[in-house]
Amino acid sequence: MNIDVMIAALPKLLEGAWLSLQLLFISGFFGLMIAVPLSIARSSPRLAVKALPYAYIFFFRGTPLLVQLFLVYYGLSQFAFVRESPILWPVLKEPYWCAIITFSLHTGGYIAEILRGAIQAVPVGEVEAARALGMRRSTTLARIVLPRAARIALPAYGNELILMLKGSALASTVTLLDLTGMARTIIARNYMPVETFLMAGVIYMTITFVLVRGLRFIEHRTSAHMRGRPTGPDTAPPESIA
Amino acid sequence: MPDLSGFEHQLLLGLWMTIRLALTALAIGLVLGLAGAAAMAAPVAPLRWLARAYTTIIRGIPELLVVLLIYFGSSVLLMRLARPLGYTGYIELSPFVAGAVALALTFGGYASEVFRGAFQAVPVGQAEAAQALGMGRIAIFFRIVLPQAWRIALPGLGNLFLVLMKDTALVSVIGLEEIMRKAQFATGATKEPFTFYLAAAVLYLGLTIVSMSLLAWMERRANRGMPRARAS
Repeated sequence: MNIDVMIAALPKLLEGAWLSLQLLFISGFFGLMIAVPLSIARSSPRLAVKALPYAYIFFFRGTPLLVQLFLVYYGLSQFAFVRESPILWPVLKEPYWCAIITFSLHTGGYIAEILRGAIQAVPVGEVEAARALGMRRSTTLARIVLPRAARIALPAYGNELILMLKGSALASTVTLLDLTGMARTIIARNYMPVETFLMAGVIYMTITFVLVRGLRFIEHRTSAHMRGRPTGPDTAPPESIA
Repeated sequence: MPDLSGFEHQLLLGLWMTIRLALTALAIGLVLGLAGAAAMAAPVAPLRWLARAYTTIIRGIPELLVVLLIYFGSSVLLMRLARPLGYTGYIELSPFVAGAVALALTFGGYASEVFRGAFQAVPVGQAEAAQALGMGRIAIFFRIVLPQAWRIALPGLGNLFLVLMKDTALVSVIGLEEIMRKAQFATGATKEPFTFYLAAAVLYLGLTIVSMSLLAWMERRANRGMPRARAS
């Protein structure tokens, strides 16, 4: 083990970590934007409404993120209309945007499933009470169901953010210099894979630790009305599928 | 039916490799998970710390990094170990072995948490009753505790297996000729990336569907004799 190598690699790795964080938060945000309408449609009792979100969620949760990333980055260029489009091509030829698009679509599928569970966990009585007070369906959804579901989904959303941080390492397979990509380029020069990857691992662990702490803080702040009930993202199962 | 330009056979070979890799990693991972759960409940504190550190590290770093670290790191470490023994040639783990070990380490890290919870959920009285009947420690573990913990652990392990199967795609990065790698080869020859990555996606979806129905069957089997599902 060579500590000097690890320290020498640190500035470059932190540069990569910044890109990883960008990918994480931008796709975390867009993923949420995609997930909200998906989960509402997915919770519908009507087959015609929930079929499409169901298929979307099934595809994005049933295939590896790497396949999805390659489909967007390499795959879409197969079509002439994509290559010749003045709007699509400047975006889709950039690995950065391809990664953000793929990660958003991917995490959107997972978050939608989390939100669906949360929407269905909102006590029926609260919805009925809102309806009895004369609230319209849309108002009930915006003021009662979604805020309640957001709080219920928070711990699982935190887990999903951490899984997405780990997933963002795949950006290195489409030439992006995120934390993992940076580590791989450093190794191509210093031939010290163990030290360099371990240092990258330490940075990932630090980000995870800060994320977990931050999420726990938010959970604490949003549960003042039910203090005493144990919360915390590390008690939830790691990942679940259908 | 899409035109796969004669690469169907290659993709199926890739599928077979993916299945072998996933099952190998599963077997090693289950052992690691059981060992991790046992260490977490061990009366020796350093063993507990070790198991804690293992699960924390595995859950905090990306699977891809684990794959890369095992593949490139193991070769450096093995050569360093071999040098004092007089061997100076180049050593490396095959992508299959490195990939299986890396995926097993990931699976094991999460599985030890699942097993720990499951073993805690088996009432102590069960083991005590078996002991009172004169059963040995090994018999108690395999015939009383494990079958009951298995029933509780199965849904969690099933989810982990579905994750593991998707993570096998990462091993294409170190050159194992599984589904993704075969799709890459086909893409290089035909210049039709969308067709072949979509074909790969369909294969993974198929694997997911088959695994999910197998898991559902195993859960039904493990739950036979249990009262039917209570209202949620």
